[in-house]
Amino acid sequence: MKLLVSLLLTLCVSLAWAGEAASPKLDIGKGGQCVEDTQWMRKNHMHLLKHGRDDALRLGIRDEKHSLKTCIECHASTKDDSVTARADSFCVGCHKYEAVKLDCFECHSGTRKSAWLQQRNAK
Amino acid sequence: MSDMDMDRRNFLKTSVGAAAVAIAPGMLLYSVAQAKSEGASSKVRWGMLIDTNQCKPGCNDCVTACNRENGLSGETKSTDSQWIRKIDIKDISTGREISLPMMCQHCENPPCVDVCPTNASMKRADGIVLVDKHRCIGCRYCMMACPYKARSFVHEALTDQNPDVPRGKGTVESCTLCVHRIDVGGKPACSEACPNKAIVFGDLNDENSEIAQKVRSVASVQVRADLRLNPGVRYQGI
Amino acid sequence: MSSTPTLESLHFKNRLYWLLLAIGGLVVAAGMYAVHLMEHHGHIITGMNNQIVWGMPHVFAIFLIVAASGVLNVASIGSVFGKAIYKARAPLASLLSIAMLVGGLTVLMLDLGRPDRIIVAATNYNLTSVFAWNVLLYSGMVGLVVVYLWTMMERRMNPYNKAAGIGVFVWRFVLTTGTGLIFAFLTARQAYGSALLPPMFIVLSFAWGMAVFHLVQTSIYMWNEKVIDSAILQRKKHLLGVFVLGSLYMVATYHLTNAYFSQQQGFERFILMDGGIYPSLFWWGYVLLGNIVPLALLYTPGIRRDRWAALAALLIILGGFALLYVFIIGGQAWPLNLFPGYEVTSTFADGQIAAYSPSIYEMLLGLGGLAIAFLITTVSVRVLNFMPQDKPYIAD
Repeated sequence: MKLLVSLLLTLCVSLAWAGEAASPKLDIGKGGQCVEDTQWMRKNHMHLLKHGRDDALRLGIRDEKHSLKTCIECHASTKDDSVTARADSFCVGCHKYEAVKLDCFECHSGTRKSAWLQQRNAK
Repeated sequence: MSDMDMDRRNFLKTSVGAAAVAIAPGMLLYSVAQAKSEGASSKVRWGMLIDTNQCKPGCNDCVTACNRENGLSGETKSTDSQWIRKIDIKDISTGREISLPMMCQHCENPPCVDVCPTNASMKRADGIVLVDKHRCIGCRYCMMACPYKARSFVHEALTDQNPDVPRGKGTVESCTLCVHRIDVGGKPACSEACPNKAIVFGDLNDENSEIAQKVRSVASVQVRADLRLNPGVRYQGI
Repeated sequence: MSSTPTLESLHFKNRLYWLLLAIGGLVVAAGMYAVHLMEHHGHIITGMNNQIVWGMPHVFAIFLIVAASGVLNVASIGSVFGKAIYKARAPLASLLSIAMLVGGLTVLMLDLGRPDRIIVAATNYNLTSVFAWNVLLYSGMVGLVVVYLWTMMERRMNPYNKAAGIGVFVWRFVLTTGTGLIFAFLTARQAYGSALLPPMFIVLSFAWGMAVFHLVQTSIYMWNEKVIDSAILQRKKHLLGVFVLGSLYMVATYHLTNAYFSQQQGFERFILMDGGIYPSLFWWGYVLLGNIVPLALLYTPGIRRDRWAALAALLIILGGFALLYVFIIGGQAWPLNLFPGYEVTSTFADGQIAAYSPSIYEMLLGLGGLAIAFLITTVSVRVLNFMPQDKPYIAD
């Protein structure tokens, strides 16, 4: 019993330390009105992406409002047009803070499409 | 009840309570239903008819267009991805020479789909054969199975992908029939780029489409038709 | 007859044991480092490319997996067919099976383009894919052999030994058939796509598994300064010889049948005559060193010591590697025949023989798998009792 209590107390110490850390600095890009409410997005963006990707790829059901490209269109930094380029970029900032590895951008472009097209046409 | 039983009871109560608290938020979440495009339909079968009589040896416009559209490097080392390539063939007995583009044939019975262990290699309802990069583990079994050598493996990390065409290291890829264009009413980049209009794209199931009318009237064959894969890509003039 | 071990010899053996573990551990570490580099940089650092998609790691992995299934023959002849001298060797055979399976699977899984997605492979199954079946078959095999070992090593589980033995026997036939089917199902490649491949792999597994068993058994006897009874040795040598002859027959039939078809003659000529490294490895490596020399060593009446049989076993194993290299890599080097009757050129090596030179990273990965099997075996044999306990031998 005493062992259990002391174990729980030690966990509380690290939790307290964590509580003191500031929340991550985020470059939210263009910002403005998101397609959904912020808290909702924070909780559900992963489920959205996970089911939306299978619908889009395997079934051809493309939900443009909730697509990854649409997110990036607004949230890519206005400085470098990317959601992954810097430590405070939109996706990287929170994910680094929460230590959840981002797999998406191994394949997906983190660049705003309009900017990417401009770059390609300039070549 | 004995002390042991009371402790056990309390333990069970707290752990079930903790488990319920942990699971409840997830159970309250349902998938979001929104207005979306209708999915791919099996009433449609996308295909291409390639007129090799119009295909010039030395012309690489379809390849260049594909590389540009899909963000491929365009290089041809043994480790570089080639989604479409020009093949020059010469009949050994007659000496006749033909040039033609070869890409994923989007078979009706794709061997690559049969062998993929995770269902990453898949056939969409409208006949387009794709690799689901979310599931691909990079085993390359589909590359062994494809009779047309249509697939490439991504051997190194990629940057600067086309936002419409995700590609990544360690997965297998091949011609997508420009699915990102088709889904918004366009046609494949190779078909658009051919200066001689040798690549006709369309819905094979729509009897009024250009391609359906053409395959009804001109002689065309499928490459390796003996394998009975029923590819969606047909060739004229072989 | 065993001599009483002296203190010096025990000290020496102790140090030798730790030295062997250290060497094995080093090879495993080198293999893991190679995997780290492959994962980080991608397969560009290996010799594999878009024409040769499976390379040295698969040669190692498939040998280990096939031998892992075949080594259980020793156990099956004991548990299923009731032969006493094999029954005494069943625990060692089971251990070797687990060790080699683990080693082979490790190599296979770490060669994936996305080894971080193994959970995806374990949770998404395409039932028409023999790879998906193999995920279940291979992992199930490990579990089943563990149960089988349990029925042998714990006395009160002994009554279940026969049932477990039959289960293992059936499972490994299905497993090795599955391994052969990986290639048999490839309709388009001239080297594969043959219904003969599953049985060929089964007979090869008998030969390779027996060879591995014999090699390990000889080492254990040497370590314990015991000599194997010559009657038992004769029986086992004879069986190994029969398996080698059987597998040579299968390989010969496969090539001869293939060579009959005009459409296959180009490929067979490439593999057997003018393909450079492939005919060399096939004739010198597999046929001569891997079959003819071992058969001579096993059957020549004057040669009785188990050291020669162990050499034969080693050569059989090396011959197996040579055959798999020719089969897996030679089979991919020969171009796909998209347009029969036409000469073909393109930027994607159509119509060309593909070249392959393995990089150090692939070799390290393969050797790492071998080292894992070695470590598992060495530690287990030291810690638990796997020494075959022969009762006074009465011919049955």
